[in-house]
This record gives sequence, C-alpha cells and structure tokens, in this order.
Amino acid sequence: MALDLTKEKGIPLDQQRFTWPDLVRTPLSKLDDDAFTRVRVILMNGIENESWLFQHQFARCNANLRKELARVRRVEQHQQTLVNWLLPPDQSALETTIAYEQVAVEVTATVAQHEPDPYMRQVYRFGLLEDFDHLYRYSALLDRLEGKDANVILQNYTDIMPGRPTWVEHRHPDDDIRAHYERKKAKPLTKIHALLILAAEQQTRNFYATVGNVYADPIARQLYAEISSIEEQHVTQYESLQDPGEPWMEKWLLHEATEVYCYFSCMHQEGNTRIKQIWEQLLAYELGHLNYVMELFQKVEKRDPFEVLPRTLPQPLDFASHRDYVREVLEKEVDLRAQGTQFVPQEKEPKDGPSATYRNYMNSKGSPSETVAAGYRWMPGTELIARAQALRAQELGVH
Amino acid sequence: MKSMNRTGTKTSPDEAKAMEKAAANIQPPPGDESKIAEVRESYHARATPVGSVPPPPTVKGMAKTAVSALGGKKATVLLDKMGERMAFERRGVRLYEALVTKLASSGEVDSIGLTEEALRKIQRDELRHMQIVVEAIEEMGADPTAETPCADVAGVEAKGLLQVLTDPRTTVAQGLSAILAAELVDNASWEMLVDLVRDFGNEELANSFDEARRQEEEHLRLVRGWLEALTRQETLGAAAHAPPPA
Repeated sequence: MALDLTKEKGIPLDQQRFTWPDLVRTPLSKLDDDAFTRVRVILMNGIENESWLFQHQFARCNANLRKELARVRRVEQHQQTLVNWLLPPDQSALETTIAYEQVAVEVTATVAQHEPDPYMRQVYRFGLLEDFDHLYRYSALLDRLEGKDANVILQNYTDIMPGRPTWVEHRHPDDDIRAHYERKKAKPLTKIHALLILAAEQQTRNFYATVGNVYADPIARQLYAEISSIEEQHVTQYESLQDPGEPWMEKWLLHEATEVYCYFSCMHQEGNTRIKQIWEQLLAYELGHLNYVMELFQKVEKRDPFEVLPRTLPQPLDFASHRDYVREVLEKEVDLRAQGTQFVPQEKEPKDGPSATYRNYMNSKGSPSETVAAGYRWMPGTELIARAQALRAQELGVH
Repeated sequence: MKSMNRTGTKTSPDEAKAMEKAAANIQPPPGDESKIAEVRESYHARATPVGSVPPPPTVKGMAKTAVSALGGKKATVLLDKMGERMAFERRGVRLYEALVTKLASSGEVDSIGLTEEALRKIQRDELRHMQIVVEAIEEMGADPTAETPCADVAGVEAKGLLQVLTDPRTTVAQGLSAILAAELVDNASWEMLVDLVRDFGNEELANSFDEARRQEEEHLRLVRGWLEALTRQETLGAAAHAPPPA
C-alpha cells in the first residue's frame, strides 16, 4: 500500500485541535498489548519531540517564519503529549527503559536493512550493537534491583545478551562524528532514516538524563549516567549524518515527511484498534502539516518540494523481531571500533589514542555497566529462579 | 555551615505570615476538591483493566484449570494471586539483599540479634517461598514467567519500599520500617492465599503454603522486634533487647 504524497492532503492545519481529555487517553496495557505497540508509542514520542525541538531552533534563527512555525509546533506539542501519555503508569521507569532499548534495537535493525547507502548501513549496524548491549545491562539492573524479568516487556522478540560492551563504547568526541550524506545525491529514504534514528536516540538520551536521578540506588544512578553518556555520543553520531548544507526549509520538509512516514508505518501494522485510530488521526494531521510546509517551501525557496521529497512513501518500517539479523551483525561486527568517521577492527585502535585515553580515564574508578551485570545471565523468570531451584534441590537432598 | 531543617514555616515566621495573608486574599476557581473526583470518575468509566491472567498454555494445564474451577470458582483468580505472591517473594529476596548491604555498612547489632546471618536466613525463606509458588503455578499448567495483573499492581505498591532500602542515606531502622510494611502485607496475603487454596479444595497445597505463612509470621515478629529495639535505643538511649522468643 503506497501513500501518494502528491495527492494526500490530510486535515488542514487550521482544523487541527484537541481538548485535554483528547490528549489524555486510556493508556496501553503493559501486560496485554503487543510489545510493538509500545515500541511504536515510544518511537513516535521521539519523532514528535525532535520536530518540536527542530522547529524551536528554526524559529530562533528566522524572523519571517515564526508564526508559521509556532502554529505547526503547537500541534506537534499536543501530538507528543497524546502519544507519550499512552504509556501506562504501572510500567516503572526501568521497564520503560527496557522498552526504549527494544525500540533502539528493532527500529535500528529495520533501518539498517532497508537503508540504500552502504556507509549509512554500517553506521546503523555500529550503533545497533551498542544499544543491544545497553538492553542487557538494564535487564540485569531490573532483575537485581526490582526483582523483575525484562522479558515481560520484550515479550520474547529481542535477545538479552551482551553486545559491544558498554564500557568500550566510551569514545573521544572526535570519534563520534561521521561522514554526512550529500543532500543533492542522497535518496529521500536515506534522509528520513537519518532523521528518525536521530529522533529515537535523542529522546533516549533525554529520558535517561531525566529519570536517572529518580533512583535511590547508587548503581542505578551510575548506570543511567553511563548509558546517558553513550546516548549523547549516539546523538552526536546520528546528527552528523545530515548534510549541514541543507537549507532550513528543506530540513523542515524532511521533518514533516518523516513524521508522515512513521505514522503511516505505525498505522499499517497496529493491532490495537483504539491505538490504530490514533495513528490514523495523527497521520492525517501530519499530512496537513506536510502540505502546509510544501506551500511555504514553494513560496520561500521558489522550488518544487518534490525535488526533496519522494512522490510516494517508501515501504513502511518493519515493526518486528530482527533476532537473526542482530545475531549475525553481532557475530561479525562486535569488535569494530570507531576511528574518525571510519570503523576499524579493535586491534587497529591506537592504544594511546584519544578514545582509548578518554575511555580509560572514564572507567578508571570502575564501570557501572560491568558492575551491574557481573555474572549476569538472563533466564526466564529472572536469575533467582536458578538460585531457588538449587536451594530447593539442596534442601530436598538434605531432608 | 551547620545542617538545618528548613521545611517549616517557623524557619521564617514573618515571610510565612505574609504568604498566608496573600493566599487568604485570592479568588480561587469555583468548587472544591470534589471536582477532582469528577475527572477521576470519568476516567474510571472508560478505563480498561491493567491486564489479564494468561490462559494455561498446555492442554494438560487447561484440563487441570477446568477441574480446579469446579463449583464455579475461577482458577484464573487463584493464578493471579499466586502470580502476585511469587513476584512479591522474588522482590523480597532483592529487598533483603539491600538491607544486608545497609547493615554491613552500619554494623551488625548483635545485642538484638540483628545480624547478616539472621537476614540471610529470612532471605533464603523468601527464595524458597518463591520457588514453592513457581512449582504450584507450573503444576496447574500455567506459566510462572508471566506477570499477572495482581503481580503488576503489587510491583507498583512496592516502588517506595525499594527506594527506601536502596537509598544509601537511610538508616537501618528506616530500612526495617520499609521491610515491616512489606512483611505486614506479606503475612496478610499468605493468610488469604491459604484460605483461597483451601476453597479450591487443594489441601496439600494449602498446607505447603501454610508452612510458608508460618515462616512469614516469624519474619514479621523479628523485623518488628528489631525496629522497636532500634527505635527505643535511639529515643531512650536504653539497652536494646532481642525480640522475645516466639
């Protein structure tokens, strides 16, 4: 099912409105909804936050479009609230964290497989293995702090095992900058991918940086501090993929197209009827934004927006388990390291280079991610199951 | 600078008085707090439950559940409550681990029997109780790795306890107070679970659960005794006494 952007008009911006109960709906069920419904909610929250933030930055640098930006941005604000408030309150911040990492693993995996540019694909695979490791570390924390099984959130879709070890991921800032796409040569899907993964990682960084201090446990506070730092590296990595020469109006168009593409993908695959209706409504609103910005683009840039946009949307994101793909990437690329904009085998990383020096100092008084997962092996029902079975066997043997 | 509690109005009586006067002169929105109840009720009316109890995954399990449901009793209710107990005991192991760490940092209080060994014994009981319930759930053909609605809600209830016990700034007595809250709930919950299992006519399981309940009774007695003794020590400077023998 293709969506023709030359024809779809959506709901006009001036007809888009909400009441407070419209924004605050009944949340999804942590226990009964499919994990990918939660994944979609989290992804779209990130996409909306990025649009909101981008439009603020744009307004700060542009006197003529402030009213237009404010009008669209107000709706983005309310869409973000509607979407993010779909997460339920019985999901602890740490369980939500597990879900954030599932988003990072599964959405990056689908993007890495459908990305047309081979360098970009490599960048996504590189980032994927780092978020995959975060999932393992946070699962250990969830087990050892709250006594809960991360698989209650993951629902058997995503593996819980080490990736590129988090302690190794700390790099000198210069080694997080990547080569950018060329705006006149890159395919629209390449631009959309770069934007949506950036949005997802940015909200992850912001979430960890916000909730890390709600924990009383010092190891939880340390782990969030550590992984939040890596997410900052990831934001640096993914934002550097964008062509810095892209005009602001072009960026705005791409943001709206990305929102349309993501809501379209969500609507396409959503199994929860009530939430599917929300995706449909927000897709129609975003198409309204896109058309509004296309008109502005023609007026300001005096160009056809389809010089930037695809006429039809690409194949939707694949919201599904990518277990085999992730395992394959893990096997082949776990030992890669970043050096400048390139990726090299670990033995090629200079022992006294900027990243090694930076990493060694950061970890010189211990590594939270190593501490929390020391000896940790996931098993169904938490690691305590094995301990309880051993205790029972021992006691039954004695008696 | 000397540390001082600044939270009360007596910290700055003049400013507090001025604030009170200003607040008394405002025109608040009409109505009272019943307006809040109206909004909550409107959400109650359209709320869906937090989730459901998963059906037993095997045919064997289905048959067993159906048999248990004789007399019109719903086995899913029993499974939900067993799921809650299992998750509670599992979390209990982690709570006691945090208390052991706290005690190690503060020093054992031998005079009242508050030692790592005593806490480890309780922790082993919690682990054993968890496994007893896991086995009972499996025996019913159900999935002990699934989080049931009551287990989920009990997790929400326990968030504060977890925070108190893992906070390096709280004292052993404050940690014991959190554990006391957990043990009080645990005792009442085991009692109700034993009765529920008896209602289902499973005497053997009821007896096994009753043994766990008796052990929990002892945990409660110990924890309460330790907390009382530490509080007495602090308030009166009196010698702490070990909890009386059962």
